[in-house]
Amino acid sequence: MRFFRSRLSPPILLLMPAFVIIALVVALPLLFSLYTSFTGYRLVQPASLWQWVGWRNYQRLLTDVDFWWAFGRTLVFLTIALNLELVLGLGIALLIDKLTAGQRIIRTIMMFPMMFSPILVGFQFKYIFNDNVGLVNNAIQSLGWSDVTIPWLVNPVTANLAILMAEVWMSTPIFAILLLAGLMAMPRDPIEAAKVDGCNPWQVFRHITLPYLMPFVYIAMAIRSLDVARAYDMVKIMTNGGPAGRTELLWTLIARTGYQDARMGMANAMSYASILLSVYFTVYFFRKLAAARRTMGGVA
Amino acid sequence: MAEVKLQKLVKKYGNVGVVHGIDLTIAHNEFVVLVGPSGCGKSTTLRMIAGLEDISGGTISIGDRVVNDLPPRSRNISMVFQNYALYPHMTVKENLGFSLKIAKQDEATIEKRVAEAAEILGLTPLLARTPGELSGGQRQRVAMGRAIVRHPDVFLFDEPLSNLDAKLRGQMRVEIKKLHQKVKTTIVYVTHDQVEAMTLADRIVIMKDGHIEQVGTPAEVFEQPKNTFVATFIGSPPMNLLDATTATEGGRKVAKLADGVTLALPAAAADKVSDGQAITVGFRAEAFSPVGYGLTGDSEVAAIERTVTLPEPLGTETLLYTELGGKEVQGKMLNPRPVQPGEQLTFNLDLSRLHVFDKASGKSVLV
Repeated sequence: MRFFRSRLSPPILLLMPAFVIIALVVALPLLFSLYTSFTGYRLVQPASLWQWVGWRNYQRLLTDVDFWWAFGRTLVFLTIALNLELVLGLGIALLIDKLTAGQRIIRTIMMFPMMFSPILVGFQFKYIFNDNVGLVNNAIQSLGWSDVTIPWLVNPVTANLAILMAEVWMSTPIFAILLLAGLMAMPRDPIEAAKVDGCNPWQVFRHITLPYLMPFVYIAMAIRSLDVARAYDMVKIMTNGGPAGRTELLWTLIARTGYQDARMGMANAMSYASILLSVYFTVYFFRKLAAARRTMGGVA
Repeated sequence: MAEVKLQKLVKKYGNVGVVHGIDLTIAHNEFVVLVGPSGCGKSTTLRMIAGLEDISGGTISIGDRVVNDLPPRSRNISMVFQNYALYPHMTVKENLGFSLKIAKQDEATIEKRVAEAAEILGLTPLLARTPGELSGGQRQRVAMGRAIVRHPDVFLFDEPLSNLDAKLRGQMRVEIKKLHQKVKTTIVYVTHDQVEAMTLADRIVIMKDGHIEQVGTPAEVFEQPKNTFVATFIGSPPMNLLDATTATEGGRKVAKLADGVTLALPAAAADKVSDGQAITVGFRAEAFSPVGYGLTGDSEVAAIERTVTLPEPLGTETLLYTELGGKEVQGKMLNPRPVQPGEQLTFNLDLSRLHVFDKASGKSVLV
């Protein structure tokens, strides 16, 4: 058993299994993908893995209009979705917090959308917005508002709105539940003090409740920005990036490039560029979170 | 003028009554303390005055306005909470100025009033800090400062000192008293601590189970308790209470205790009881002292020889536990000498300071 008598110090020895596993599962694949982003690697031609192209993939990316459209669309999508979910989630949380009876059951019902797979949500909304048999068109026509068949998922603007709607429907509960947790953990005294100090309900919310909730808002934002930035399944199901690439988000584009076009080297280069987006949002929200924690902390 | 008037005030949670129709008038600039054991409805009453709890019945008026349905912000009151309830994301200065900012006062006024309040409470060096950087006593002072900057009609204090340690509590008690002398405003103060009540109040309101048991100056409730509850709640140690029956002996009304000791009743009580009536006699530890260590003056005393079961030295005085009428009672020895457990002492009981309560109702026959 020479291994156990090795000269390595016990801490290193004991941490070795963890290091080995992390290296195999995380570090090596990461390095490998980084390497491939500098090659002309095509999935169908394994030999191309050794075809070193230097910065060519990245140079092409810079001038790739489709990529930058997807990048920008993801950014806009992220911004609108997060803000909409925040506002709606906050509203729902405030309403549920006011409930005196049946709060548990409402809380559970509220979380139903989170329990569905995004793929199923995608299918559901695809059906809802279907131009022939969809619920929306059916409703519009039955109610006699219009007898035009609106091609929701074919028109670029409405298709994006439909995806946004599905996303908001599915994920608003995450904001609601996190903010509700914040509301429920909130001490009552400062609110009462503010009421006595002359605040009307809006001022209480603006000056007391909201500052208390900000750490929770930032946590929710950080988690959700990562989630939304990697949105794939719903778009894939509802529009598959169409019509004509008008609903293409980063990850649908990357998946298409990597697997359909088999240009894995290029796809990896895109991934690394888009990761910057996620890193930026994460760092931004965590900074905000740390600052909010500092100001809210300290008083029991 | 800010007189606070409670009329037939009732609070119910569903079918459970918490406050059962209390009447109380608090005069302008008066310092009134609501005191009672937990669950007696004192905090609920205060919160109803503040407007933080709805009223189930009766009326509350502040000044000449009935405020029953006014929200807290329209009542011109300020309140100091047990947990300080400071705004953690604001500095001390912002905490103090918050209510003025909400009231849309101009910057100069806010600046001036905050500086004033900070000066009174010694907070000037702390203005830039946040509540998280303050000690308990400092937070309590900020909470008070926040209350005084508004120049309200009424101050409400909800057990403001119960989160502080004993020493700090003593200091803050003095500061609150001084504050009242400086700012001269009506104060309603809730506490469960009878010492706070005695030291601070112009008048004490003793509550139990949603009823007012007695209202009076500290001296009144101490010396003339209306019933056995007040007698035991106010004063430390609590009043000794012994069951007895009345009889007439040698032309005088006396109380016969369970162990055969007879005590002549004070003249004022004598004609309010009939022979054979079950009564409770009460006396405070100060009225029961070893001969030579306490009682002065020439009031009539009963000399009773007793064995001390436990001496409790407190420095300037020693509490002596012994037995009388089959129950443990406490006497007080002033300027004490060391006493050993088991020592026999002759105690003098000041008969003029006997309290006599009807046993069935618990009510004093004297008041």
